[in-house]
Amino acid sequence: MPHIPEKLRYWMLIIPALAVMIIFYIFPVLNIWGISITEPSVGIENYERMFASNAVKVSFVLTFRIAAITTVACLILGYVVAYTISNLAGRVRPLMLGLVLLPFWVSVLIRSFAWIVLLGRSGLVNDGLMATGIISQPLRLMHNELGVLIAMVHVMLPFAVLPMLTNMRGISGSYIQAARGLGASEWRAFREVYFPQTLPGVMSGGLLVFVLSLGFYVTPALLGGGRVMMISEYITYQIQEFLNWGLGAALSVVLLMATAVVLLIASRFVNLKTTFLERR
Amino acid sequence: MTHPIISIRHAVKTYGKFRALDAVALDIHEGEFLTLLGPSGSGKTTLLSAIAGFTALDDGSVHARGHDISGLPPEKRDFAMVFQGYALFPTMSVAQNVGYPLRVRKWSKDRIAQRVHECLALVQMEKFADRMPHQLSGGQQQRIALARALSFKPDVLLLDEPLSALDKKLRSDLQWELKSLHKKLGVTFVYVTHDQEEALSMSDRIVILKDGKIQQEGAPDDLYNLPKNQFVANFLGKSNVVNAHVIGTQGEHLLAEVEGRQFCATYDHANSPTGQVNFALRPERIRLGPPGQETFDGHIAQISYLGERCQVLVRHDALGEILVSHPTWDAALQPAPQMPVSFGWDAGACVALDAS
Repeated sequence: MPHIPEKLRYWMLIIPALAVMIIFYIFPVLNIWGISITEPSVGIENYERMFASNAVKVSFVLTFRIAAITTVACLILGYVVAYTISNLAGRVRPLMLGLVLLPFWVSVLIRSFAWIVLLGRSGLVNDGLMATGIISQPLRLMHNELGVLIAMVHVMLPFAVLPMLTNMRGISGSYIQAARGLGASEWRAFREVYFPQTLPGVMSGGLLVFVLSLGFYVTPALLGGGRVMMISEYITYQIQEFLNWGLGAALSVVLLMATAVVLLIASRFVNLKTTFLERR
Repeated sequence: MTHPIISIRHAVKTYGKFRALDAVALDIHEGEFLTLLGPSGSGKTTLLSAIAGFTALDDGSVHARGHDISGLPPEKRDFAMVFQGYALFPTMSVAQNVGYPLRVRKWSKDRIAQRVHECLALVQMEKFADRMPHQLSGGQQQRIALARALSFKPDVLLLDEPLSALDKKLRSDLQWELKSLHKKLGVTFVYVTHDQEEALSMSDRIVILKDGKIQQEGAPDDLYNLPKNQFVANFLGKSNVVNAHVIGTQGEHLLAEVEGRQFCATYDHANSPTGQVNFALRPERIRLGPPGQETFDGHIAQISYLGERCQVLVRHDALGEILVSHPTWDAALQPAPQMPVSFGWDAGACVALDAS
């Protein structure tokens, strides 16, 4: 067998996966870029239309707002969960961890439909509240921003919990003990000694949720019912309903850019390598 | 009468079936360097943790200057603690770490800055004030942990195996430093370790624990020279156990007999042992000589050379294997394997042990 240099051997190992990525991902993305400046005619006409359009502006603002609220809600809820699992739960820890991971076994589509069953006009929540006489009219829990947010937070929660959990499990309990031994109250020790150490995890979790939320499609489309048009759904509309490939492609490019900008800004505060690649 | 600075009464702590502390009673006096010494699982760390307030006792109480503090959380006890892994706060600089107890106590900024400087000077780390903990070596981190614990001038410093993560050379340097710090500051030190050398070299008083019970307490040389039971005799240094028959007393000594040969032994005058008794005998107290010169005859089974001394294992028919620490500079007798020798010891070298 001829001698192959070690570096080349490793390259050969990743070639199949790399080929798939190039053919089915990189190439289509470049194609989209192409479409955005060639359909229906060559030029930056699509981008001009897009920046002039009020509907696009509204959709972008809405997308960023929903992503931001989802991120904050996931971080607050997820922090408590991660803290409990890493610090308090003893023998039930594997069970709690399992419950956090459980949603990954069920498709997002099914989970979103489940929320429709719960939040609909005659869904479980409304029926329950009506039956107990707490409300007399059904609440509008979906086909609005609230419904989208509820379901988004649910879907994104594990992505916030896991990085924070990994981070917290690396923090020894002796720091809190030391702080208390030196005279700090429990709350003060948490605030000044423990919390700052968890910030890398919080940043990682927040970034992950925010970036995933920006491009999220299924849940907003189902729970929004066409009334909460986040940017991914807007793109789908342009292409599927209006066959407006040029504008849809331009929107995709801008969404991709916006996400890249978010990551670029975040990279100043967060170690992206540990956020997305390594799980320490 | 003044109260002991810390007094532990009938402390009991169980984890499931495991008794970590079994009716421990202990008084710690102002200004002393007290060491809790024992193997792992002996309860020494649990006892320290109960004093600090991290472990709630199942029974018994902890008193500070006569006041029951058993129900107080750690932050209300005003003791300082140095942890095994130092537990320097990684998000704070060295100066912030040292000043933390003072910020908690709401000292003014100027006073904090001044005190932090003092404390860093105390451990010769002034130059490192602006470093982050992860930029320091283990020994340096240990010094900062000490400075932080001492910054708020606590009455009592609790130390949980603070040197165990360091290498041997550094450890002995820091032992000297700790000892001189203790002398300089007059703070009461309660020190937990499993290292008997550390305990012997630093302590005013050592408390030896095993299975959650205090085995013996006393000054290092008392414990070393007059161990009460076999565990203490073997945990502090090495001891031979000589089983002999007590035949009476002679002056202040106990007279015992093995195979018709008699020797005098030290004993606790509060209880006079009778019958078959175990005696502890330190290897360095045994003399070797040519056959016939000393009390017992045997032959050398094994030798291990240690530099200034060598360890010689002498086999005797009735006493079994006796470990002797023999000076290598003794030209009169150069031990060799299988060599017939005689061995003996001075009156009082053997110490009668409790039956347990």
